[in-house]
Amino acid sequence: MNPRRKKRLTIVTSLIIGLGVVAGLVLYALSQNIDLFYKPSEIYNGKEDTGLKAIDGQRLRIGGLVVPGSVHRNSETLHVSFKLADMRMPISFSESDPTVTVTYDGILPDLFREGQGIVANGILVDGSTIKASEVLAKHDENYMPKELADDMGKKHEKPTY
Amino acid sequence: MMWKWLHPYANPETSYHFAGKILPWCARLAFAFLTIGITWALLFAPADYQQGDTFRIFYIHVPAAMLSMGIYLGMAIAALSGLVWQLKLADASAAAMAPIGATFTFIALITGSAWGKPMWGTWWIWDARLTSELILLFLYLGVMALHNAFDDKALAGKAAGILALVGVINLPIIKYSVEWWNTLHQGATVSKLGQPSMTADMFWPFLVCFIGFAFLVTALICLRFRTEILNRNSMRPWVRELVTTEVKTHAV
Repeated sequence: MNPRRKKRLTIVTSLIIGLGVVAGLVLYALSQNIDLFYKPSEIYNGKEDTGLKAIDGQRLRIGGLVVPGSVHRNSETLHVSFKLADMRMPISFSESDPTVTVTYDGILPDLFREGQGIVANGILVDGSTIKASEVLAKHDENYMPKELADDMGKKHEKPTY
Repeated sequence: MMWKWLHPYANPETSYHFAGKILPWCARLAFAFLTIGITWALLFAPADYQQGDTFRIFYIHVPAAMLSMGIYLGMAIAALSGLVWQLKLADASAAAMAPIGATFTFIALITGSAWGKPMWGTWWIWDARLTSELILLFLYLGVMALHNAFDDKALAGKAAGILALVGVINLPIIKYSVEWWNTLHQGATVSKLGQPSMTADMFWPFLVCFIGFAFLVTALICLRFRTEILNRNSMRPWVRELVTTEVKTHAV
């Protein structure tokens, strides 16, 4: 390679590496803001990497799995409450998991069901309750036909109240 | 050794004819693969146990998203060779790729939005995956704007090339956003090492669709690349000769 091309290649490569480092540091510094949501355990213990805790009255998003059997619906209104536990793959629940209660007045998304991942946007009322203004369903990257899911005993029915 | 093989394609005329030769083949293959793939995906692939038929948008959304990043990588490599070796044709090919990449990014965003509304419950959320893909669209638009902002094509290629290279940083961010941060968007189903997270009767139609879209992209790039070459060499005798013979054959 002739010297001029070599010089240009060096300039371009160092430009990219330099900007890559800058972008990496910026993203690292912003990482807690880039996270879309808190996990239920992080409400109690603070963010995993920064230890930052949410305070009462703070607007935040919470993401987790709907604990089976925890969904309570008011038969007169749209009011619904349920508990969320940390997402874990493969999906499993245990009694000792820290859970957060979410209350919501509104229409739940189609995919909402027990054991489903959801993300709720709302206000932390007291240490472990969130009054949600929006509930979004989060699904995982696994797709399968209904027959196979039936064989595996996967829950795919909408909850009935 | 490689130079000897590549060198003739630094000539615009050779490249123009080479792109013209592979263009119809890519177009035919794209048509065949997409006809089979889309029919298979929309009519015969099984519906998902949770999402039902809505899941079928996967067969357009995922190939579009993967190609939006693939085209960007191709464009950045062309921009790098344009900057370092000052190949005029490399700049021309980068300019040819940018609008196609932007279109596929837009398709990925729109189909994702249409998928998000029924499944997640929202058209848009500022999570890391969606935001970084939107930034990719803006990068494409910036590269296109810079290619058109200068009368001097060499200068335009340099400016757009630097932006294209800087934007490469966004590619790993898009890819790993769902692993590095908590996002509403789920993790990778197919674009990862190891087994895809779907059954074989769902995966094969995806593969056929993906290959079809990849051929479509190649055909479109060839088409636009030829136009770019003609535009940039319109004063050359070979282009004039080409045009006059075209006119003659059409007159007959």
